Amino acid sequence: MPDTPYLLGALVISAGVTWMLRAMPFLVISPLRRSRLIPYLAATMPVGVMMILTIYTMRNVDFESAAGLAFVLAVLTTIGLHLWRHNVLVSIFGGTVVHVILVSTVLTG
Amino acid sequence: MPGAEVAAPEPRRADLVLALRDSTSVGLATVPVGLAFGVLVSQSGLPWWWATLSAAVIFAGSLEFLVLGMVTAFAPLAQIAITSFMVNFRHVFYSLSFPLHRVNGAPAKLYSTYTLTDEAYALTTGPDAQTWSRTRIVGLQALIQAYWVASATIGVIGGSFIPAGVKGLDFAITALFLVLGMDAFRVRRDIPGPLVAAACALVGRVAFGNDMLVFALPALAAFLMAKYAVRRRGWHA
Repeated sequence: MPDTPYLLGALVISAGVTWMLRAMPFLVISPLRRSRLIPYLAATMPVGVMMILTIYTMRNVDFESAAGLAFVLAVLTTIGLHLWRHNVLVSIFGGTVVHVILVSTVLTG
Repeated sequence: MPGAEVAAPEPRRADLVLALRDSTSVGLATVPVGLAFGVLVSQSGLPWWWATLSAAVIFAGSLEFLVLGMVTAFAPLAQIAITSFMVNFRHVFYSLSFPLHRVNGAPAKLYSTYTLTDEAYALTTGPDAQTWSRTRIVGLQALIQAYWVASATIGVIGGSFIPAGVKGLDFAITALFLVLGMDAFRVRRDIPGPLVAAACALVGRVAFGNDMLVFALPALAAFLMAKYAVRRRGWHA
């Protein structure tokens, strides 16, 4: 298990970087208003970042195992629910329930 | 006349009541996610206080789910820093319209920027919010933070009662990024962007294993900046 100094370090670093991103722009607001790059990045980055993070969260899934099949079915459930209902909470909850039921009962491998 | 006090409460208090009302919609969305986050912490093997401190100190929903996974896997702190930067980069844009000029005084400004989440931004920049006072803005931010910290803490306590046979709850993290990605795609419908991002992720996975984000996220940023530079040159040519 990670030790406490490491955990606190991780906490301070992620909080520090986040606060910097939230507070610093107010200090350089006029160059920021003139910038075209910043709005471009703000508009184009999220979809790519989320794609990378989604793949990151499945980096250790073994797609040839039964658990891998459960994972794929849960991903399809989430996508289907989200296309259908457009509700973030419903999609996450539905996909997770399908995954939990499958890996806790039939697709345990 | 005792009734007069009720009829005309001091503005500060009235503004706090309004902030409480403004916060209910966000609260309804925040609490289930906070509970889920707490439950995942309880199953991660980390001490319970991680849920409360992460919620209070980092206070950035999607990043906290990622950091939870990273610290459980003992990820290098540099990876945590790069990931925090890329995941929360969108906040840079929020400064352009967040009404910080109405939040007077250094301590209030510091707190208000610290708690400038997506939800706080969305609520305080709408057409109805153009006259909101400092008390109403900062009060709203404090309420959102309180909901998040309380629900994460309740989740970590409640999670310890979930039977060991119930597995796979961590899928919620995959589902979270999947739906956020689908929503982001719907805004721009840009096809090459997500495909290049997927390629960055796969190259990062092969070359860096579990530390793939250290490569994938900066590679995506480099691609987007190169694309921007090429487009600008095209306009001037």
